[in-house]
Amino acid sequence: MILQARNITKWFGEADNKTYAIKDVSLELNYGEMLYIVGPSGSGKTTLLSVMSGILRPNEGTVTIKDKEIWQLNDDALTEFRLYSIGFVFQDFHLFGKLTSKENVAIPLILQKQEWDYSLAEATKALEIVGLQNRVDLSPSKLSIGEQQRVAIARALITKPDLLIFDEPTASLDGETGKKIISFIRNTVLNDKRAIIVVTHDNRIYDYATRIIRMEDGKIVKETGALSEN
Amino acid sequence: MDALLQISLKLLVNDRGKFFTLIIGITFAVFLMMQMTSMFSGVMYRTAATIYNIGAKVWVMDPSIHIQSDNIPMPNYILDAVRSIKGVKYAAPLYSGSGLVKLSDGTYQATNIIGLDDPTLFGRPTITKGNIYSIYDDNAYIIIKDAEYHKLNNPKIGATFEVNDNRGVIVGIGKALVSGLFGTPTLYTTFSRAISDLPTTRFTISYILLEPKTLNDISNIKKEVKALGYIALTEKEFVDKNKNYYLYQTGLGTNVLIMTLISFIVGLSIAGQTFYTFVLENLEEFGALKAIGAKKSELIKMIFFQSTVVGFLGYGFGILLSSILIALAKLRLPEYAALVTYENLGISFFMVLVIILFSSYLGIRKVTQIDPFDIFRG
Ligand SMILES: Nc1ncnc2c1ncn2[C@@H]1O[C@H](COP(=O)(O)OP(=O)(O)OP(=O)(O)O)[C@@H](O)[C@H]1O
Ligand SMILES: [Mg+2]
Repeated sequence: MILQARNITKWFGEADNKTYAIKDVSLELNYGEMLYIVGPSGSGKTTLLSVMSGILRPNEGTVTIKDKEIWQLNDDALTEFRLYSIGFVFQDFHLFGKLTSKENVAIPLILQKQEWDYSLAEATKALEIVGLQNRVDLSPSKLSIGEQQRVAIARALITKPDLLIFDEPTASLDGETGKKIISFIRNTVLNDKRAIIVVTHDNRIYDYATRIIRMEDGKIVKETGALSEN
Repeated sequence: MDALLQISLKLLVNDRGKFFTLIIGITFAVFLMMQMTSMFSGVMYRTAATIYNIGAKVWVMDPSIHIQSDNIPMPNYILDAVRSIKGVKYAAPLYSGSGLVKLSDGTYQATNIIGLDDPTLFGRPTITKGNIYSIYDDNAYIIIKDAEYHKLNNPKIGATFEVNDNRGVIVGIGKALVSGLFGTPTLYTTFSRAISDLPTTRFTISYILLEPKTLNDISNIKKEVKALGYIALTEKEFVDKNKNYYLYQTGLGTNVLIMTLISFIVGLSIAGQTFYTFVLENLEEFGALKAIGAKKSELIKMIFFQSTVVGFLGYGFGILLSSILIALAKLRLPEYAALVTYENLGISFFMVLVIILFSSYLGIRKVTQIDPFDIFRG
């Protein structure tokens, strides 16, 4: 098991304005899994993802990743934990338009205090893995959305994280490109030394999950293995 | 260089438009600040011209004197009293005043007249034509060949004129270390001729120039002169007193201060605003870095580094630009009064530091406030 979330509750606001985003959710994730979190807008998917990835502190409950209870760590230690163990791909990618793709990808290694030359060389390799070897010196703003997505994936992969987090990875892609990306993630990025969590609305890609949980109103209402697994 | 700083530098430099706006803004502000303060220093240097040209180590004067051209004469016994102070090597009187010169064509010209101690000629100018000792000849005057020389019709040795209805003749031509500011020509003569040719009050000594035996004697000399009811100032103290008068007792200082502040505020707002926009445009990316694993301190370091780079570049270019301009102006106008002093460089540097701190503060505040959860929520 790589991740265990126990009795997570998260609310926003206080007293009269208190709204529950997550209500007593527990969840386990094993190595080699590609877990989808699906459900209607406002059901708490992003909130749960953030709590599990060390971004948003829950009001109640614990999250244990690789035997470390992450919400016991202080700010800097948690930040460092994310840097070394978790890879993030954001819905809007958030790549620096004023840097080249290779420089963007190198940033996590640079944050790990690696040398410039080494980091850039590794970034080039990571971009090769996602098939962008001809785009390394271009700014992401000059790339197509699909290519930007792959730069963002390369940036998440460069630290060889155990846990990868994808928020709406196909939301801004057309159907074909979305499928290509997700099958790439499933077939190349996923392996039995890591796990992937994907938040998505996109039912065209459900086939690629190893497991799907459905959220409604801050609770997990349904859990299924993916079609491809059955 | 630290790879993270390298990234932050690229972020900044690759944003060409903002990078140049920042540098130009700070350069321009530094340039204006340097122009204003250099002009002020230059003008102040010139107002103290006589102090520099006389070159005495210590000046004794009436305590009410604000600027060198104030003339508050002292009685003769003070000279004797000063001479007998322990630590005084020698002391000489100086006459400093103005006379009205009537030129051969019948026009008048106000003129500075300096009367040097007859036996010692302490404070004498450098002579370029003629002989300093001709100053003892009948009606002898030495003229300083500076920018105002032509106002006395470019007199040569032997030229005659009238000073307050007394006959004067040029016996030598000298040069001044520092030209004065007030546009009046300067004549040197002996102390005794000065007080006989020019209208004087009961007392005649404008200043007592003094050479201490050693620099350590100065504090004792000051004390004893004070006991006499007068003050002794070193050359630098006198120059400062002169400067402070213009700075604080006239509108000059306030105006220069206001202009300098305006330049500073212009620079501050251009740089602050541009830098803030720069950070805002990259805010989500910085937020994403936070999520990925950048510590607060690392983001602060990146932003501070960026503002420091533009601040120092702007400072360098600003200094360069103002120095070039002053140098060019001096080529064309030898009397152009602007002086780049360490003090002025320091003032602009300090102001650039404030601009750097202010700009990075704005950016850092934004970046530290951003919550990576908001990045997720989009
Ligand atoms: N910072 C916040 N302050 C107040 N309420 C919040 C905050 N963040 C989230 N919420 C609320 O918590 C609930 C869950 O939000 P969340 O963003 O997790 O939903 P989601 O399932 O990701 O929705 P979507 O599919 O639209 O992204 C919503 O009702 C939302 O309004
Ligand atoms: Mg969401």
